Amino acid sequence: MAEKQKLSKRLRRKRLGKRLGNVYAVLVYAFIYIPIAIMVLFSFNSQKHNYYFESFTTEWYVKLFTHSDLWEYLVNSLIVAIAATAISIVIGVLGAMGLKRFEFKLKQVISNSLYIPIVIPEVVLGISLLMLFEMAHLPLGLGAMILAHATFCIPFVVIIMRGRMSGMDMSIEEASQDLGANRVTTFFRITLPLLIPGIMSSAFMSFTLSIDDVIISNFVSGPYSTTLPIKILSMVKVGLKPDVNALTTVMVAVLVLGILINSVVQALWKKRASTNIKTYF
Amino acid sequence: MSDGKVTLAAGGRRPGIRGKMPIFATAGPVSFWMIIFVMLPLIYVFVISFMTRTQYGGIEYSFTFDNYKEILNPLYLKVIWKSLKLAFLTTVICLVVGYPLAYWIASKPSKLAAKLLMLVMIPYWTSSLVRLFSINLLVMPNGLLNAFLLKLHLISEPLDILYSDGVVMLGLLVAMLPFSVLPLYSSIEKMDKSLIEASKDLGANAVTTFRKVTIPQTMPGIVGCTLLVFIPSLGMYYVPEMLGGGKVMLVGTLVKNQFLVTKNWPFGASLAILLILITLAMLWLYTRIGKLDDLEVC
Repeated sequence: MAEKQKLSKRLRRKRLGKRLGNVYAVLVYAFIYIPIAIMVLFSFNSQKHNYYFESFTTEWYVKLFTHSDLWEYLVNSLIVAIAATAISIVIGVLGAMGLKRFEFKLKQVISNSLYIPIVIPEVVLGISLLMLFEMAHLPLGLGAMILAHATFCIPFVVIIMRGRMSGMDMSIEEASQDLGANRVTTFFRITLPLLIPGIMSSAFMSFTLSIDDVIISNFVSGPYSTTLPIKILSMVKVGLKPDVNALTTVMVAVLVLGILINSVVQALWKKRASTNIKTYF
Repeated sequence: MSDGKVTLAAGGRRPGIRGKMPIFATAGPVSFWMIIFVMLPLIYVFVISFMTRTQYGGIEYSFTFDNYKEILNPLYLKVIWKSLKLAFLTTVICLVVGYPLAYWIASKPSKLAAKLLMLVMIPYWTSSLVRLFSINLLVMPNGLLNAFLLKLHLISEPLDILYSDGVVMLGLLVAMLPFSVLPLYSSIEKMDKSLIEASKDLGANAVTTFRKVTIPQTMPGIVGCTLLVFIPSLGMYYVPEMLGGGKVMLVGTLVKNQFLVTKNWPFGASLAILLILITLAMLWLYTRIGKLDDLEVC
């Protein structure tokens, strides 16, 4: 009897712990999401200076979609992010394969150097790239920003892809070569399709890192071409108008949509991949 | 199986240039990129940190230790000390807040856990500047937080906390929390749960079990979190600028100003080298406890 009581006590305590855990998690999530809630709320603010909430209006969204110079900066951001992502994916995917499969002299050095951009403070990477570009007389601007962003995106792509490749079945590649395909054909027909889900997540990662980058862009953007975060940084000292909130709200909405689409595509891909394999074997 | 191995070995060790082609084609570009854009610039920063600044903000190539001596100026030492203190406190709070959340997520089935982790990361995909500005709006004297607290009669007059160290830390916390949850989650998830059962069966209570089993088992995640929060906090200059006004000066701002405002590159470079040394010290600590590859969760 006593044993039973003890057991139920333990169960009750466990249930209480579970409930406390849920409450705690909700609180932390609330803390993380409060700034975003405020951001969305103030995008509907009728007060222009945006220091306190006056009343509800959608005029900022109307203004955003009819006449707003913010788009120009967003376009710059997109150009940089897309170009940097494309470069990182090509170099990163190939690099992950090379570092995974081959032995060469500098392998360990290169492998370790990948962690440098990830761990050193961004400001250090920013100034070092600024100094490099000045030394090479490379004009600051969108081009410099693309190179700089690719520099901090490539390591993430390599690391993600290397992780994905560890879980891959290499025998399919060997089968392809045994059946007479050369390395290049094997890469495009076998390896690349298998890597698509990993490539999609690393592209997503690079893109999001690039599009929100403030610190490194601040050093290499130069005076003329400005991305959205750098523009916001210059405006923030005098306060952000609600149209900035409106634009970032739209961007979050698009991103969340992107995540949903991504997960659906990945799920479909998995289904297709598994059925493919079933039809082949 | 043995067949496959032979093919691979032959491909990897075929003699001559033709045999090396696959290596050049795959590892070549990334090696080139890392050398040109990461190693070379850092070596250059190191060299410049020993050079002299000319009157007009240029660089004179004459060797000196002056830039490092300048760091010892009490004014700068104070800034560095304060940065280390704030970064340390932010890290501790991230650990204390993030660990239970990571544990809670890890206790869920893996599909739900993936979604919950995604939910932690989504805020990071919105402009960090706009989020910081939201915090600014929240804590202003006539902001929402004060209005809320006044309404609850918890305070009698508005708190003036904008432009204080505390708010800067709050900003750092908001910016860094997602990064603390990820490494913690992956190490908690990997942990062998039967050890906890074993510890409890052997009569240890929850606190002892946590201290003697859970913490040591998840140490790589804890150190990984420290690494991913502490070091970026040191260099994060826009957080103190936005939430600290001109009042809170941290080492990131100091470095940035040497390059974008006062044009004293050699001194800025020496500060950057100092930050790199701190990073290396942290990494050394990390490799003593976990493997670098554990960071692969990000």
